[in-house]
Amino acid sequence: MAYAAGVDVGSTQTKAVIIDESKRILARSLVDTGANVTRAAEHAFQEALQAGDLREEEVEYVVGTGYGRYKVTFGNTQVTEISCHGRGAVHLFPNTRTVLDMGGQDTKAIRVAPTGEIVDFCMNDKCAAGTGRFLGAAASALELNLSELGPTALRGERPVKISTTCTVFAESEVLSWLGKGKKTEDILLGVHQSIAQRSVGLLRRVGIDPEVTFTGGVARNLAMIAALNERLGLTVNVSDESHYIGALGAALFALDHILASRAPAKAGQEAS
Amino acid sequence: MSCTAGIDVGSTYTKAVLLSEDGQLLARAMEPTGFKLGVAAERVLRRVMDQRGLVADDVRYIVATGFGRHQVAIGDVQVTDLTAGARGAAFLFPGTRTILDVGGQTMKASRLDQRAKVRSFRLNDKCAAGTGAFLEKTARYMGYSTTEIGPLVATSKEAVPISGVCAVFAESEVINQLSQGAAPADIMHGAIVSLVGRSLQLMKRVGMEPEFTLIGGILRFERMADVVREQLGAAVNVPQGDLVQFVSALGAAVLGRRRLRQLAQTGAGATA
Repeated sequence: MAYAAGVDVGSTQTKAVIIDESKRILARSLVDTGANVTRAAEHAFQEALQAGDLREEEVEYVVGTGYGRYKVTFGNTQVTEISCHGRGAVHLFPNTRTVLDMGGQDTKAIRVAPTGEIVDFCMNDKCAAGTGRFLGAAASALELNLSELGPTALRGERPVKISTTCTVFAESEVLSWLGKGKKTEDILLGVHQSIAQRSVGLLRRVGIDPEVTFTGGVARNLAMIAALNERLGLTVNVSDESHYIGALGAALFALDHILASRAPAKAGQEAS
Repeated sequence: MSCTAGIDVGSTYTKAVLLSEDGQLLARAMEPTGFKLGVAAERVLRRVMDQRGLVADDVRYIVATGFGRHQVAIGDVQVTDLTAGARGAAFLFPGTRTILDVGGQTMKASRLDQRAKVRSFRLNDKCAAGTGAFLEKTARYMGYSTTEIGPLVATSKEAVPISGVCAVFAESEVINQLSQGAAPADIMHGAIVSLVGRSLQLMKRVGMEPEFTLIGGILRFERMADVVREQLGAAVNVPQGDLVQFVSALGAAVLGRRRLRQLAQTGAGATA
């Protein structure tokens, strides 16, 4: 049995996934990227090996992806995160035509063909508005943990209208709403709706074709899922593996490589 | 003693000045705006009156300006910050034709005619990378407070290039530069160069022409004016010392003084 691995070095967290020949996920891991990107990638890979009770030699091919993919020194090759997210999303939800990936420092809208190939994509990576950082700013202004944001926002009934675009100014806007006596849950509901609105704007630029699959770290946030569903008027696909979809896509590309490298050998044997 | 007052309720600080009938600047004071705008405005007005031992009847006319002017209950009339800035700049430098006003959360460029009327203006209050908040964030990423920016950057010999695309994403850029051994003073200098680059774009869009007058809280950092001078390749007027922060409040008081004279004339006409 051959194994393939994908390592997704994100701006905030690094993810690794190991799959077998039947594309089944055997192991996954998640570590903070921190300042030393290469070490984070190695660390994530080793943790995944341990989780799957595998030895490094058993993994035949490793693909690196994410913004730090060129720092995956032990990897065999690199594939862009756009391709990996498209591939991973179509693998989990075969009818996916549009992918929204929301990470710590960027948000991407990707349109994919039924084969999982990328048709078009659009990225917000120049400005922190509409990315996970916007939630981070709200969390620090309200002195909450990131994991508390979604559940708190879901309790909101009368969302405030967040008027600022910039993440820096949003922090002061959140505080000024608090100063005006608004409830934390209503402010947070407004924050989620504001990010959903920006994301849908990004999605429109590539064309919104159902089904829509929501990936990336922020896809674990239930209030964000609800806000997107409401804005889009449809139900987005979300998997428990959302966070790992980039790494999964990378592992699938690695498996392609393993299988492709066997095919000519077989053909050669048959010929002789 | 009779005088007029100008109050500038800015995004970060609220400023007040008193102007005598013969055009002497009698007093000035500044308070953080905070979230209770009316409180800051009243306190700052009280402080300038106390400085001169004046009572409410001495202050014959009060003009409010700045982004929070409508939330302030005191004041006989409100004028826009562009009008107030233009009046204040022309009062100090009668030859002013172009104003650059950089505040904590806004940046404005305006072009004036010979009578100090605003003919054209452009402003940015949407993105922190184009405002004083960019310098504040850059300083904070390096562990410096806003008050330390001036002394810090004064020691810089050469600016480190800082892209200045987003005040949030600047954090990783700053950390990268620090880890590569760049000096905090040079990074701060780089942030100022980047902010000035954005200022010049705004100034070009209003069709700038000399004389240039620089106003606003961020201009209290002398390096900022130096870099504008370098990039513009021209002389600039800068009000001395902390007066640079009071130009809009001064302009409001100047307008108050003019209004008072008009009222006196029409009053005299009516009795005749």
